[in-house]
Amino acid sequence: MKKKNVIVIGGGPAGIEIAQILSNYSCNVTLFEKEPQVGGQIKRIDKLFPDFIVQDEMMQKLISNLEKTDIQIHTDTEIKDIEQIDNIWHLKTNKEEAFTADAVVLATGFKTFDPKYKEELGYGIYPGVITTLEFEDMLKAGKIQTSAGEEPRRIAFLNCVGSRDEKVGNHYCSRVCCINAVKQSIETKELLPNAEVFCFYMDLRMSGQFYEELYRKSQEKHGVNYIRGRISEASSTFDHRIQIKSEDTLAGLPLKMTVDLLVLMIGVEASEGTTNLSAKAGILGEYGFAKSLSLHLKDNLTKKEGLFLAGACKRPSTLREVIADARAAAFEVVNYLKMEING
Amino acid sequence: MMEKKYWKDYQREIADDDYFYHRSCIRQTFFPGSEALFLKILKNELGKNVTDDPNLHTCTGIGYHSDVVPFDTTMTIVARLLSQMNKSELKNFVPSCVTTFGLLSEVLDTWKHFPEELEKTRKFLKEATGREFKIPENVAHPSDIIYKNRKVLKGKMKYQLVNKETGNPLKVVEHIGCHYAKIFPENTTGGAEFPQVLAGMIEAWEGKVIDYPERRHCCGFGFRQYLIMANRGYSVANTKKKFESMQPYEPDFVVANCPGCAMFMDRWQYTIAEMEGITYDKNKRGIPVLTHEEMTGLLLGYNPWDLGLQVHQVQVEPLLDKIGVVYNPDDKYVGKSGIKLSEPQRPKNI
Repeated sequence: MKKKNVIVIGGGPAGIEIAQILSNYSCNVTLFEKEPQVGGQIKRIDKLFPDFIVQDEMMQKLISNLEKTDIQIHTDTEIKDIEQIDNIWHLKTNKEEAFTADAVVLATGFKTFDPKYKEELGYGIYPGVITTLEFEDMLKAGKIQTSAGEEPRRIAFLNCVGSRDEKVGNHYCSRVCCINAVKQSIETKELLPNAEVFCFYMDLRMSGQFYEELYRKSQEKHGVNYIRGRISEASSTFDHRIQIKSEDTLAGLPLKMTVDLLVLMIGVEASEGTTNLSAKAGILGEYGFAKSLSLHLKDNLTKKEGLFLAGACKRPSTLREVIADARAAAFEVVNYLKMEING
Repeated sequence: MMEKKYWKDYQREIADDDYFYHRSCIRQTFFPGSEALFLKILKNELGKNVTDDPNLHTCTGIGYHSDVVPFDTTMTIVARLLSQMNKSELKNFVPSCVTTFGLLSEVLDTWKHFPEELEKTRKFLKEATGREFKIPENVAHPSDIIYKNRKVLKGKMKYQLVNKETGNPLKVVEHIGCHYAKIFPENTTGGAEFPQVLAGMIEAWEGKVIDYPERRHCCGFGFRQYLIMANRGYSVANTKKKFESMQPYEPDFVVANCPGCAMFMDRWQYTIAEMEGITYDKNKRGIPVLTHEEMTGLLLGYNPWDLGLQVHQVQVEPLLDKIGVVYNPDDKYVGKSGIKLSEPQRPKNI
């Protein structure tokens, strides 16, 4: 029996996991990743919430079997076009190469919100205003410092930057930022016990397992301060610190504070690849994400036969959800192609 | 990290010539030389065609923002202004006041998104006056036009924003009127957060823009703060907050493109000095506040007393001396007729 061809688009955790599972079945698996290396956006994270597992180690475990498989991996390669003709999927890359497949899995993931659209927060203008990813770089390096190379005395984290924000057109919650701010606050206090840490929030959505406990611990053990209010404006002070204005909506009072670092918890958006390929395949959902056939029972299927979805290309998701979703998507592909496990 | 030039995202079309000028209700009282100077700059320095029509009237801005004038009335009165422009066969509306600029932007945007409002306004204007009107092709604030021509004007300038003694750039606080940039940032030069319209002039003319924490804070006008007497404490408190914030940077002067901002940042310095004995410059004489036309006119070499700088609350001579402007102190209170007017009393604290 002729081996089926499966193409996985996206070499993040979802794409890697699904490709590895499918490689155990009677099919040829091809994986495309637009970056020079597989791994996806998670590579930039130091430790994972809620258990502070080192990301590099986790990803190493995830990727360790990849080399032992016969998966064809094309890095630096972006799928630009996708079309289904007579049940066969035809794909074209940025290098003008053509591929065909019996099934395609979209695992094109997300991108982070560009905070320049929230001009009032001064990102790109004031060096003391940074994103959560830039802060993660500092955590990875084991040293939190201001642009002047000094140890910060006071750090503020601002949630919902580009999420739940009508002005930028993102009404949805990015789901990972609240707990990530809690994680980063604790890591800050561990590195800089004398620093003051403030988290500004609208609601704290501690819906995952161990999230609420971590939130409590951040206050009780580490003394992180939580202020319910958004920051309306950031500006530079005479000594190049950051002045922020907000409202403490629980106290009902306006608030002005000077900090050394303002960390913007930038939200999750559909990646360009997700939006572009979803549009071309006719499965474009809300906010540029890919649309599954049914949220509850057919979440890995699409209205196009042979086109499957895995991970954060559908909506903002945590890493745990992405990996579980990839496994579910693999199951759907195996069922669809009626494949048998390799002997 | 590369500094992002946010203001570059906010570039708009500014008509190049053939302007229809609409004067402000209040600017001629506050800054008697500014509007006449703008017309002189357009005609004499830039060789532009501009109409200064005496048959114009309020845009209703102050009444509208005070909830005294309903929006239907405002739209009809704005339509009457446009019909007057149509009579001149001009298409580029240039309102002196930022509130008129903001209001016109609001009315035009309403008509764009709700065509039935436009039709209603056409009907109201026809019934009330028998007139018809056309939508302008371009609406630009005078500060937009000066900004657009800043490089041409630089070539004609006698002075730059440089301290004559030290050779250092003058430190300038620029303040943009809320109704210019905060209602429709996309209609402005540089947007609301990091506006470029005045900063661009200052930098082109070799000055240094001060970015201070309360740069975007209200000047202290705010119609509801000032028009309601009981709220005036808020007004002066806002001005105080701004000046306290800019004080450490030791600005040489403040420039604004809004009638209310220039007025309140100038006059409230006197009030604060009287109330609390505080002034915000090292020499206890206050920080001069100029309109954008006055700043342009000074650098072009116009006589400061023809620009009306003598009616400012904070006296401008220290600034003139820094720039090196040649002026005759004896002419300060000489009227247009050549007769010397009486001199105002000098305040105790400023």
